[in-house]
Amino acid sequence: MDYFLSEEQMMIKELARQIAVEKIVPVRQELDEKEEFPWEIMRVLAGSDLFGLFIPEEFGGLGKGSLELTLAVEELSAACLGVSTTYAANALGTYPILLFGTPEQKQKYLPDIAAGKRLVAFGLTEANAGSDAGGIQTTARLEGGHYVLNGTKQWITNGGEAEIYTVIAMSDKSKGPRGASAFVVEKDTPGFSFGKKERKMGIRASATRELVFEDCRIPRENILGREGMGFIVAMKTLDSSRVGVGAQGVGVAQGAFDEAIKFTRSRVQFGHPIIAFQAIQHMLADMATEIEAARALVYHTARYMDSGANDVTKVSAMAKLFATDMAMRVTTNAVQVMGGSGYMREYPVEKMMRDAKILQIYEGTNQIQRNVIAQNLIKEAAKAK
Amino acid sequence: MRIAVCIKQVPDTAEVKINRETGTLVREGVPSIINPYDMHAIEAALGLRDALGGKVTAITMGPPQAEAALREAISMGVDDGLLVTGREFAGADTLATSRALSGAIRAIGADLIVCGKQAIDGDTAQVGPEVAEFLDIPHVSYVRKIIEAEIDHEARGSIKVERLMDEGVDVVQAELPALITVVRELNTPRLPSLRGKINAKKTEIKKLSAAEIGLTPEVVGFNGSPTQVKKIFTPAPRCGRRVLEGGLEEQVEALVKELMEKKCL
Amino acid sequence: MPLKVEKNVCSGCGACITVCPYDAIKMEGGKAEIGEYCQLCQACLTACAEGAIKEYKGDLEKPGQADLSAYKGVWVFAEQRGGKVAPVAFELLGEGGKLAGQRGVELCAVLFGATRQEARELVRRGADKVYFCDDEIFTNFEDEPNAGLLASLINEHRPEIVLAGATAIGRSFLPRVAARLKTGLTADCTGLEIEPETGNLIQTRPAYGGNIMASILSPGTRPQMATVRPKVMKPGRCDDSRQGEIIEVKAGEFRRSRAKVLASIREEEGAMKVNLQEADVIISGGRGLKGKEGFQMLRELAVLLGGTVGASRAAVDEGWIPYCHQVGQTGKTVAPKLYIACGISGAVQHLVGMQSSDIIVAINKNPEAPIFNVATYGIVGDLNEILPLLIRKLKERKNGR
Repeated sequence: MDYFLSEEQMMIKELARQIAVEKIVPVRQELDEKEEFPWEIMRVLAGSDLFGLFIPEEFGGLGKGSLELTLAVEELSAACLGVSTTYAANALGTYPILLFGTPEQKQKYLPDIAAGKRLVAFGLTEANAGSDAGGIQTTARLEGGHYVLNGTKQWITNGGEAEIYTVIAMSDKSKGPRGASAFVVEKDTPGFSFGKKERKMGIRASATRELVFEDCRIPRENILGREGMGFIVAMKTLDSSRVGVGAQGVGVAQGAFDEAIKFTRSRVQFGHPIIAFQAIQHMLADMATEIEAARALVYHTARYMDSGANDVTKVSAMAKLFATDMAMRVTTNAVQVMGGSGYMREYPVEKMMRDAKILQIYEGTNQIQRNVIAQNLIKEAAKAK
Repeated sequence: MRIAVCIKQVPDTAEVKINRETGTLVREGVPSIINPYDMHAIEAALGLRDALGGKVTAITMGPPQAEAALREAISMGVDDGLLVTGREFAGADTLATSRALSGAIRAIGADLIVCGKQAIDGDTAQVGPEVAEFLDIPHVSYVRKIIEAEIDHEARGSIKVERLMDEGVDVVQAELPALITVVRELNTPRLPSLRGKINAKKTEIKKLSAAEIGLTPEVVGFNGSPTQVKKIFTPAPRCGRRVLEGGLEEQVEALVKELMEKKCL
Repeated sequence: MPLKVEKNVCSGCGACITVCPYDAIKMEGGKAEIGEYCQLCQACLTACAEGAIKEYKGDLEKPGQADLSAYKGVWVFAEQRGGKVAPVAFELLGEGGKLAGQRGVELCAVLFGATRQEARELVRRGADKVYFCDDEIFTNFEDEPNAGLLASLINEHRPEIVLAGATAIGRSFLPRVAARLKTGLTADCTGLEIEPETGNLIQTRPAYGGNIMASILSPGTRPQMATVRPKVMKPGRCDDSRQGEIIEVKAGEFRRSRAKVLASIREEEGAMKVNLQEADVIISGGRGLKGKEGFQMLRELAVLLGGTVGASRAAVDEGWIPYCHQVGQTGKTVAPKLYIACGISGAVQHLVGMQSSDIIVAINKNPEAPIFNVATYGIVGDLNEILPLLIRKLKERKNGR
């Protein structure tokens, strides 16, 4: 199908696919089994300019938008969600600087990020603040020219591997959500350390760690936006990144679907390739239809965001919700149509199914996405009166 | 350093299948690619340019569609492309090809010429050394490692490399200008970059005909080729195939016996 | 000869387009048109049911050398490594002797940089004359002195045929000689014969990754030059009573070399040399070996059989074994007496590198693997069972003897 992509958008898709096929597919199983961080692939992505995709040209990027990032994430996800999570989390961590950074902050960080020289992570989640971002307990106390950070961030993607962290902490606990602020913390800052690497069900190539702040002093100018804007920074960041998670869903589903088609054409039972059986055909037809529906929603949302629209919360939540629930179904059914083979590690679909599960959980569980959508529906209905 | 990379567009033999009945190659739908060895040549040239500065020009001889190979090279970071093209070049053997390529190289000037060891369609490995001879410059074949390269302001310089021989490795130092042919071991070719791809779309590919490189039609293409293909045929299928029978142990026993009889052991 | 389509005969069926390996034929106005990408492989010629595709003589006669008959004799470049003549030189003398016999001319060898004793060995192996230069410039292999002196000798003595081994050395410097003499050179030949009517040398070589064979002529120029794949030709018989002339030549001006060998390192892996092209027995492993450890069994087998270890590209790409062991299109082309392929499925790229081996044994768990199509003997099963069994049986034989 023609998705009405521009020539440059086609190039981005092509390039990301080439990287996926040549550099990721051959190593994905090993990365998964060894739970190894994909540094080599990150270097390839850096060389290909893909880290600079959504960063303005004045800061060394290519000045593209959400759709371009979506296309890249989708293609990488078709090969390995662990790798694409690492890539997408880098974008997630970069958004606070891109959206709220001062010109000086942008000049300081964005060129290195665009060149893929320094990796970024976003630190929001805590033991008692996951879906409830208001429960943040990490504090940032102003002491002269410094903020002093104390607390622990949990399950931070790229934690320990990234060099730049955008972190949400409470600068004034008494104000509740309005007392949160966003900061840039660099890796080697004294008082900043990492917990052990988490052992996960899927996306094992990606690194997930605790960020531990113990009287960690950062310069006052490392605050992003003003004091008290932390919650807004977090919400706007998630608004920007959600569609990327949707793109991951489309990608992994497509990857699993392609494996399923290949397999069902060659596997013979009762004297026929199993793709000749209606039971299989109907499953494949449903899978393909759902993938296209999700892709349409994801692409359209990205285009809407790129048009400069402000009200992207609802539609980006929808894209994330629909595409990732779809991804879970499609990867599960890919295992199903491939039967015993699908369950074996010799084929990639069992990994895709394990990987896909995270999409329904991270960057706001799909239950939270439904809350977000519903809240917006209520608001819209109220406005319409 | 001015570096010229000679590349060739070839059918992707990894995609070529043989029709078992007719014994002919099934060429339908087989994509054209840059000869895989030449990808290593491009990487070597880019690596040297990145380290020493200068410019890399990719050169190919072929029909107009060979331009795609040059654009692919540019997407990897090559600075510009030069297409030696025209009907007069058709049917060239290695001598005529080398004559044309060396003429083009002379036209642009180069301190170092990098070629892949051989092309996967012809497998002759002759064009590199022949180009060097036409240009009257030294060459080193089968380079598996570039140890160092240096060049001064008057284009005097040298390149020190490891050359892969049948029974080991030679360390060879060549005066510049020189030509090297490279093997797969040398490096891992980089993937294109997005900026490179955008650049490749925009860059104008320079085209040269025989006349423009000072060659007459008699010395290029078919007319300038001393070798001629008399006939093409498919290799005879192997015969004497024997299926071994019995359990594994019996099969192995039978194999050892057969090999003894054939005096292989 | 260039190929042309006779438009009034062409039915526009497109059969030629399908078989053309170079995508050189297009349909124009319902008729096939051969474009400039044509490599003259003639695949279309045989495919055309109507016989519409014909060879035609170009308008221009080739600028050939005036008097081809002034060229007489068959020459063999006898390459030496470390002062010893390489075995391929004896094979070339064997083959060259046959050609010289048919042409009724003498067989000469050219030896640069070994000892007089080695030159005498060439006489024993069939050379009537040996052009011998013991200049120390030839101790290490450098292209320019070899190319310069050989080209000069050819110009002086005018042989009609010059052969060299298709080895690292032969394939590196012989193209320089051909370019200097503006004559034809055919790479990596596996067959040589004299065309009876013309006396031309028919040089047969695999092309297109060995999927097709091409017979090549250089009708208009002399000498006709070829590099010949090692292990394909039978070495000449050694005859101690043979007499021949050893003619010393001087390197002189050809000592100039702008690419100097600074060091020469012979690589040996354990006690085993990795000279795949000259091994009589090769035990190769592929992806089916599952890892580095698998190659240990192959090494044990290789020691037992006095062979060397090869590998498929897949195994090399996995990093299980260095590249110098790779057999196939992007590795070495080999033709040993015995080739044992273990856990190699047999991709075309691998097959072209080993299918001219005398005996091929394939061991693979997949009975459908293409390797079995070229195998003399095939065993279907698990390597981890078969290889230890084979090693045990071979040891029993050895001890029993």
